[in-house]
Amino acid sequence: MAAFAPDLPAREIARCVRAGDLRAADVVESAFARIDATEPQVRAYLAKDREWAFARAGLVDDRVRGGKPVGPLAGVPVAVKDNICVDTMPCTAASRILEGWTPPYRATVVDRLLEADAIIIGKTNLDEFAMGSSTENSGYFPTRNPWDPSRVPGGSSGGSAAAVAAGSASVALGSDTGGSIRQPASLCGVVGMKPTYGLVSRFGLLAFASSLDQIGPLARDVDDAALVLEAIAGHDPLDSTSLPAAARKPLNGAAADGDGLPAGLRVGVPREYLEASVDEGVRRAVAAALDALRALGATTVDVSLPHTAYGIATYYILATAEASSNLARYDGVHYGRRAPGARDIVDLYSRSRGEGFGAEVKRRIFLGTFVLSSGYYDAYYLKGQRVRALIRDDFEKAFARCDVIAGPTSPVTAFRLGERTADPLKMYAADVFTVAQPLAGIPAISVPCGLADGLPVGLQLAGPPLADSLLLRVARAYESARGRFPGPPS
Amino acid sequence: MKIDAALVDHLAALSRLALDAAEKARLAAELGAILEAVEKVNELDLEGVEPMVFPVPIENVFREDEPRGFCLERERALEGAPERTAEGFRVPRVLSEGA
Repeated sequence: MAAFAPDLPAREIARCVRAGDLRAADVVESAFARIDATEPQVRAYLAKDREWAFARAGLVDDRVRGGKPVGPLAGVPVAVKDNICVDTMPCTAASRILEGWTPPYRATVVDRLLEADAIIIGKTNLDEFAMGSSTENSGYFPTRNPWDPSRVPGGSSGGSAAAVAAGSASVALGSDTGGSIRQPASLCGVVGMKPTYGLVSRFGLLAFASSLDQIGPLARDVDDAALVLEAIAGHDPLDSTSLPAAARKPLNGAAADGDGLPAGLRVGVPREYLEASVDEGVRRAVAAALDALRALGATTVDVSLPHTAYGIATYYILATAEASSNLARYDGVHYGRRAPGARDIVDLYSRSRGEGFGAEVKRRIFLGTFVLSSGYYDAYYLKGQRVRALIRDDFEKAFARCDVIAGPTSPVTAFRLGERTADPLKMYAADVFTVAQPLAGIPAISVPCGLADGLPVGLQLAGPPLADSLLLRVARAYESARGRFPGPPS
Repeated sequence: MKIDAALVDHLAALSRLALDAAEKARLAAELGAILEAVEKVNELDLEGVEPMVFPVPIENVFREDEPRGFCLERERALEGAPERTAEGFRVPRVLSEGA
């Protein structure tokens, strides 16, 4: 096997491949060797494509040999969450309703990865249609946390987080609607970032809640996350909600802006986060991270996000409403599963959907249909939209007093499989610190900040709209002060 | 709020979800508990608060009506269809006899 590579930073892989010191084909070979070694236990992948990966790697190696330029992710093995379309691989969103479907097009983020000469090695497991916080809602199988296979990797991007933690992908793409990148990153001890809404194109992402969904990177460190985000960010004419190019600052350059924290950085600590129910080990690790930020020269300031306690209620009203509409497209007519023997067209829709969707998806379609239905719309949906405005205003007021907001990503470390599946409300409670940022449209990043009883804890940093490069810089400064974060025990 | 069988049937029809009796019973119980939790928003005085629809200011995007960039050919679009004809998606009867 090649001298490698799953454990090298992505930027190192790209640098070595560009310099001709490492062949992309050897990188891919070692990535698949790692997949073979870890997958029987972790099960992070729903699909893999060795042949395509080697073909792409060959093209990159040919260009290097020919003295031609290669992209910033040259030869980097990337895993893509299976709700993002790649036109050469099946795409299921972990739902039985899409079993066997290969999309006729690919997502803009996938085009951008390929333009950057990344090697897409497979599609990762998730909670069905990204609805869940543990990857146990996958219609195929649960993914296990590489730190402890009796525990969940978090969700919904649990496969992406587990693959990066296990070293079976160098970096990965996830999607975040209410914490689905940051929470699994926290539980698996990797970096995960939800960018500002509109920074990254959603074209080719199977929509869950369109006003919240955002694609972002998972990586083993902040610089790798920045490298991937830089590659995928930018305006896309195919997604009219993607922000104009002028709105965005260079992200990968954030690291080059200067080392360490910006002078006089004010870190807001919301008092509601301190009052919330948080595991003692998580509380300790996050407090130590705040100490580290102060030691780097930051000032911590007391701020308030008074509507924190209403976040989950608001999120589950609005996200399910949008989902009930978005998932109407899975109808047994255009693609995916069709139930046999239907009497008429409505029967065909209902039976195909009844057979194809899992319990959590049905639950959310039901709730979303209810809050949008005649007679309940004003009492639930409209109210949810009003509270959403209050949550956004909370952040606006807090950011008048601070530059970034810090706290835990998740109130708990990785929980055991089956521990929360019986009670949906208990599962939803895992999202307490991660639903408000998508509601406000602001960026947030989770960075590993220590262990509690041998399991990773994530520090979450959130910033105002388009403060993505500032967040990366602060996260990177914290990461340097923290030192190397251990990988999962092998 | 109490979720009765009639409301569950109504929502199942609106959602186009065929559910068996056990699923309906479970959904009725779960929906009741979830609604009780989300009704927390009723504690707030929302008088005069503008509903927030979208996280960033957006405006309509206009352009000339001509093909450009992404274009999905019919044959490619039909490839994933569970049942198809030469040029379309095949579905069972939409209108009943005599309609």
